Amino acid sequence: MQNRLLLLGDEAIAQAALDAGISGAYAYPGTPSTEILEYIQRAPEAAERNIHREWSANEKTAMEEALGMSYAGRRALVSMKHVGLNVAADPFINSAITGANGGLVVVVADDPFMHSSQNEQDSRAYAKFAGIPVLEPADQQEAYDMVAHAFDLSEQMKLPVLFRITTRLAHSRADVVRVPPRAQNPIRIPEDDRQFVLLPANARMHYAELIEKQKELLEHAEQSPYNEFTPGTDRSIGIIATGLTRNYLEENYRDASCPYAVLTIRQYPVPPKLVAQLFDCCDEVLVVEEGYPFVEEMVRGLLPGPKPIHGRLDGWLPRTGELTPGDLACALQIERGKVRAVPGMVRPRPPQLCRGCPHIDSYNFLNEAVKDYDGYRVFSDIGCYTLGALPPHTAIHSCVDMGASVTMAKGAADAGIFPSLAVIGDSTFTHSGITGLLDAVHENSNVVILILDNGIVAMTGMQTSLATGRLEAICTGIGVAADHIRVVTPLKKHHEENIRILREEIEFNGVSVLISRRPCIHVKRKL
Amino acid sequence: MKCDIIIAGVGGQGILSIATVLGRAVIAKGWRLKQAEVHGMSQRGGAVQSHVRISDQPVASDVIPLGGADLVVSMEPMEALRYLPWLSTDGWLMVNKTPVENIAVYPEVEPIYKEIETWPRNMLFDGEAMAAEAGSARALNMVMLGAASIILPLEASVLEAGIQAQFAPKGEQVVETNLAAFRAARALAEKRKSELE
Repeated sequence: MQNRLLLLGDEAIAQAALDAGISGAYAYPGTPSTEILEYIQRAPEAAERNIHREWSANEKTAMEEALGMSYAGRRALVSMKHVGLNVAADPFINSAITGANGGLVVVVADDPFMHSSQNEQDSRAYAKFAGIPVLEPADQQEAYDMVAHAFDLSEQMKLPVLFRITTRLAHSRADVVRVPPRAQNPIRIPEDDRQFVLLPANARMHYAELIEKQKELLEHAEQSPYNEFTPGTDRSIGIIATGLTRNYLEENYRDASCPYAVLTIRQYPVPPKLVAQLFDCCDEVLVVEEGYPFVEEMVRGLLPGPKPIHGRLDGWLPRTGELTPGDLACALQIERGKVRAVPGMVRPRPPQLCRGCPHIDSYNFLNEAVKDYDGYRVFSDIGCYTLGALPPHTAIHSCVDMGASVTMAKGAADAGIFPSLAVIGDSTFTHSGITGLLDAVHENSNVVILILDNGIVAMTGMQTSLATGRLEAICTGIGVAADHIRVVTPLKKHHEENIRILREEIEFNGVSVLISRRPCIHVKRKL
Repeated sequence: MKCDIIIAGVGGQGILSIATVLGRAVIAKGWRLKQAEVHGMSQRGGAVQSHVRISDQPVASDVIPLGGADLVVSMEPMEALRYLPWLSTDGWLMVNKTPVENIAVYPEVEPIYKEIETWPRNMLFDGEAMAAEAGSARALNMVMLGAASIILPLEASVLEAGIQAQFAPKGEQVVETNLAAFRAARALAEKRKSELE
């Protein structure tokens, strides 16, 4: 066993889960969480031990499959990006009511600053909502170490545990020291048959148990080795630093120790006794956290408290976005040298579709086919083709969440928009587009759904698409008329023909599906 | 000892390979490092950068504070300027001259060169030609690593071993090309350094 590895935060979590004896890992690709399952898929020990490591159709199915493995008494890891937890919210919240049997760890990678996302939601709020503990490591080594702790805590408390990271940790590499692997759990079905049967009578009982467990979870957080109080010499400020913000604090005191008392929080619920200890030895409190002012709001409360509280809510730190060491220096009034500004000639360089990308040809024929219709609208979705919003394509009018293209196109058609079109990728369609298409079929809505089938999940780096080879069968199966499922090849030489076919389907009063199929140019490179 | 580097460029230029070779070399030395990368949407032709922090002590922040970088090494001229706020006043700015003009309006390139040359310790050179001479334009990233190597606290032999390991799966020819690219740029950087001193 190689002991010292250079790993991304995501990879450290994956290796730790393998070493903690998981029997299955479940996920749908989503930046910045994708590398977790990818690492497990590549790991030789995962194949040797026959650990489940296939992609799921979406985060909800991933979460439920992981819950099924936990039901069987074995350890399961499920990973997703923050907005994926919205998709998985139903099983996630209810898994707190059923509780876990085998250890169940839900890794959620939040994306402050929205590097690759549509919002900045903070998953700690979800865990509080569900009533389960959160672990939030500060660095790659802690990410590794705390996964084992998460599985132990999950089995001890019989609850799922949310493991929260952010983009910076997910996509930063550092050296990580491993410990010897633990064996997998044997199958052990729940002792109480009622545990996973959430009939109201059972659910009421389980919910009362969950409420009762909160005291114990608080005690765990108070005693956790991951929540540390460090005394200071200067009473003027006390600092609460959660997760990786501790690193930014340390960065500002590289040459001297921090003069202030510091409480680092990496295990939740927020431990009140430790917070009280910090309050006792300072005059004002600064709360530093990545994401929402989650701890800050709790500590501040609704009414004026005993001490001034500073952080994201009063402008000491930026209200939104990802924190930097400089933000902390500013809040703590630490002198920094002057820095050179970015010269005015530097222009933004947004991402764009690759040269030769099939989506470019699809947008070319789409733009041409609709240009003579006044008031046409194109609802799009999450994937590489979202870049069709930017010049030179400027081809789409919406991008909201996985699958929303189909349903928003239907809603707009309901409102009288014509033509109303959806543009969705193959994998996004099987993730969350199918049920929306069923709505459209049921009402014979006047929509055209373009499925851009490049045979892969491209945006996140070439993962298997569950749609491959199944699209026509799916559309036929849910009732789209076979002669209105058209397949075209997005290539220049078919441009005129593709325009004609799309126009025919726009003119058809009902549900049309146009599959524009050509492999991603990176597929061959990957193979 | 600490050495903080920003590697800059455009998605698809092979920045992550530079970071990987560096990481391997640092681990081989038994030192510590943190290396923040850009994955996801920006890799599609957008501005990308990697922060690499090497030390014999534990590294705190994954990102380099403003004004803290010892070196900004850029595969592309305009991208070099984007990271000036991170560069320490006595840091090095090493830049490949070839612009990647994949945006609607790319600025005039001469003023960009001029701006780069106002930086006290700069090295602006045609890395692409150097890579081609070594055997492949795709070796540009190892050219840039070769230039950077004169500032890194790592022996050339350790980095060369990293290059060997990185490209070995692609065959001996690819390894040789990349080593040649590395050595040529290292020699040029040594010369530039003595000119400036």
